[in-house]
Amino acid sequence: MALIKEYIPIVGQSIVDDLQLLADKLRGKTIQHINSTAVGGGVAEILNRMVPLLQELGVDTRWDLIKGGEQFFEVTKKFHNALHGRPETVTGHDFDIFMETSLKNIAEVNISGNIVFVHDPQPIALVNKRSDNKWIWRCHIDVSGPNQRVWKFLKDFIDKYDSAVFSSPEFSPQLPIRQFLIPPSIDPLSDKNRQLPQETIDAVLRKYSITKDKPILTQISRFDRLKDPLGVIAAYQQVKRYIDCQLILAGGTASDDPEGLKVLEEVKAEAENDRDIHILLLPQNDIEVNALQWASTVIIQKSLKEGFGLTVSEGLWKAKPVVASNVGGIPLQIKHKYSGLLCHSVDGAAFAIKQLLNSPDYARKLGENGKEHVRNNFLLTRHLRDYMLLFLSLYHGEDVVYL
Amino acid sequence: MAYQQAQEPFRFHTRLHLSELTGLRAATLAQLLALIKQVPGSSIYHHTHRFLQQHQYLSPEPPNDFAYWVTEVLGEDELGERLASIDIIQYPTIRALRDKIALTIEDYLKNSAFAKLKFSRSGEEFHFMKSVSFVLPTGYSVIDLKEFAAALRKITIDSIYFHIFEARLRLERGGNDFSNWIANSLGDRELGDRISGLDPYTQTLENLRAALIRIVEQRIGA
Repeated sequence: MALIKEYIPIVGQSIVDDLQLLADKLRGKTIQHINSTAVGGGVAEILNRMVPLLQELGVDTRWDLIKGGEQFFEVTKKFHNALHGRPETVTGHDFDIFMETSLKNIAEVNISGNIVFVHDPQPIALVNKRSDNKWIWRCHIDVSGPNQRVWKFLKDFIDKYDSAVFSSPEFSPQLPIRQFLIPPSIDPLSDKNRQLPQETIDAVLRKYSITKDKPILTQISRFDRLKDPLGVIAAYQQVKRYIDCQLILAGGTASDDPEGLKVLEEVKAEAENDRDIHILLLPQNDIEVNALQWASTVIIQKSLKEGFGLTVSEGLWKAKPVVASNVGGIPLQIKHKYSGLLCHSVDGAAFAIKQLLNSPDYARKLGENGKEHVRNNFLLTRHLRDYMLLFLSLYHGEDVVYL
Repeated sequence: MAYQQAQEPFRFHTRLHLSELTGLRAATLAQLLALIKQVPGSSIYHHTHRFLQQHQYLSPEPPNDFAYWVTEVLGEDELGERLASIDIIQYPTIRALRDKIALTIEDYLKNSAFAKLKFSRSGEEFHFMKSVSFVLPTGYSVIDLKEFAAALRKITIDSIYFHIFEARLRLERGGNDFSNWIANSLGDRELGDRISGLDPYTQTLENLRAALIRIVEQRIGA
C-alpha cells in the first residue's frame, strides 16, 4: 500500500502539506466508515486505499461492515437497480426484509465514531441509532432518475443525516440537509494508472497481436449495452473509411450476467470480418488495461449512461485525447474542446475521432490539458482533501470557515 | 541592503474549498435568470470563479460556468460571449456582479425571441452549486518586500488565489490583500496601485504569480 509521501512527486509537496494541515485540525475526532463489503466493488476499493492514508495522516479512522444474508443483498441489489432508474419490481415484502436485517445491524454494530460515514443504501438505516455524533450519507449511485418508491423509502433515512454526498451535480435532489459534491478519484500509484515500462506495454500489444503501425482507438468497459460497444464499432467503421486504424474493446463481463454475455456475442459477430478490431476479455487485469491505455492513440468512452465514468480520468491521466459521451460524471472530467471532446451520437464520435487523428498537435494539447485537469481534480489526494473538508464542515455551518 | 519594514507583518493564508450542492437546476434561460436572482451569493461566486482554480493550467482560461453553459449547451454564442466578457474586476461585490449577470441575460432575452424557447437536453441542465471556503494560515509571514517576493515563489497558488480573488470580491476587503498591505502597511501606494491594476481574470494563476514577482522585484531592484 502506498505511503502519503509517494504522492509528493506527482502532486507536489504543498498539496501533501495541506492534507497534513487538515488532518491536524481533525485531531481528537474519530471517523467511522460503514459499508456492506470489504472486498469487491468501487466503495471497498476506495476505502482500502483511503483508510490507511487517513490513518497515516493521523486521522483516527475505522472501517466497519454491516451483516446481511442472501435475501437482504438481493433486495439491496434491487434497490440499486431501481435507483439507477431500471425497471424493477420492489414489493412491500422487500422493504420488510430490508428493515428486518437493518434492525439486527442497528442492534449489533458498535457505533464509536464522532463522525459516522455511511456508504450507499445497504447500511442507511443505522442512522436510527444516532446520538450526539455527526452522520454523513455517501451516495455512490446515479440517482438522477430513481424509482420513486425506493427513493421515498430511503429519503426518510437520508433526512436524518447531517449531510449527504453525491458524485455528480446531476444526481443532486433537493434535500432538507446539506449536500456536497465529491467526485470519485483514481489512484496514480495503482496498477491501473502507474507509469509502465515500454517493454511491458509492447509485450501486452504482442500478446494480443496489436500492431503499432496504425492508430489505436480503445474503449475500456465491461460488455454492457449502456457502454454502447456496438456504437463504438459503428463509429470506428466510419473513421476507417478515411483513416486506417485499429479498435480495441476491452473489459470484463461477469459469468453470472447473461445480458453481458449476449452483448459480448453481438459485439464479436459485428467485429467478425475485421482483423483490426480486437475484442479482449480482461476482467481484473489492471496492468494489461493500463498498458492498452498507454498504447492508445485515442481513448473512447461512448456510454449511453454512466455513474461517473472513471475510465475517462484514467485515459486523461495518460495524457491521451479522449472522445466521450456527455453523460453522468463525464462532463466534469472533460470540458469540451479544452480537455477532450464530448459527443452525443455515433456520427459525433466518429467526427471527433477523425479530427483528433488528423490533427495530432490538437490531440496532444487536449491530452496534456486533460492530464493536468485530472492531476488537479481527480486524483486520490483531492478525494482525501475533500473528505477531510467534509468532516470539518460538520462543525461549521458558514460559507467561509476560518480554521 | 536594508529594506523598508512594514508596520505589520503580512501573514499568508491559503484557501481550500468544498462544493456544496443546492439541488436547484435550470433548463432554460428564463429559469437560469430566475435562479441567478435567488441563489446565495456563494453560488454566484462559485460559478464565476470555479474555473480559475479547476482549470488553472489553461491559457486562455475557459469562461465562467454561465457563459460555458449558455454557449455549449444552449448554443447561444452571442450571449455566451457577453457573459464571458463581463469584466469581473470592475465589480466590488458579489451583489453587483450578480446584478450585472442578470441584466446581461435580461437584455439579451428582450431582443432574442427564439432564445426563450430553447431547452437543454435532459441531463445537461445547469446545476447550481455553492463554494464553501476553508481559510488556513500558512507558515509564511513577511515584513518587507524582499521577503514578500521570496514568499511569493513558495506559497501555493491557492494562497495567491485567496489573497487576490477571494479577499477582494467575497470578503469585500476593497481590493486585494497584497495591494492593501503594500499601500497601507509598507506605505508604497504606487506599488500597491500597480498590483491592483493587474487583471487577474485573464491569466493563469501561475502567470499571475510570475507577474507579481516581476513587479515587486523591479521595485526593489532585485
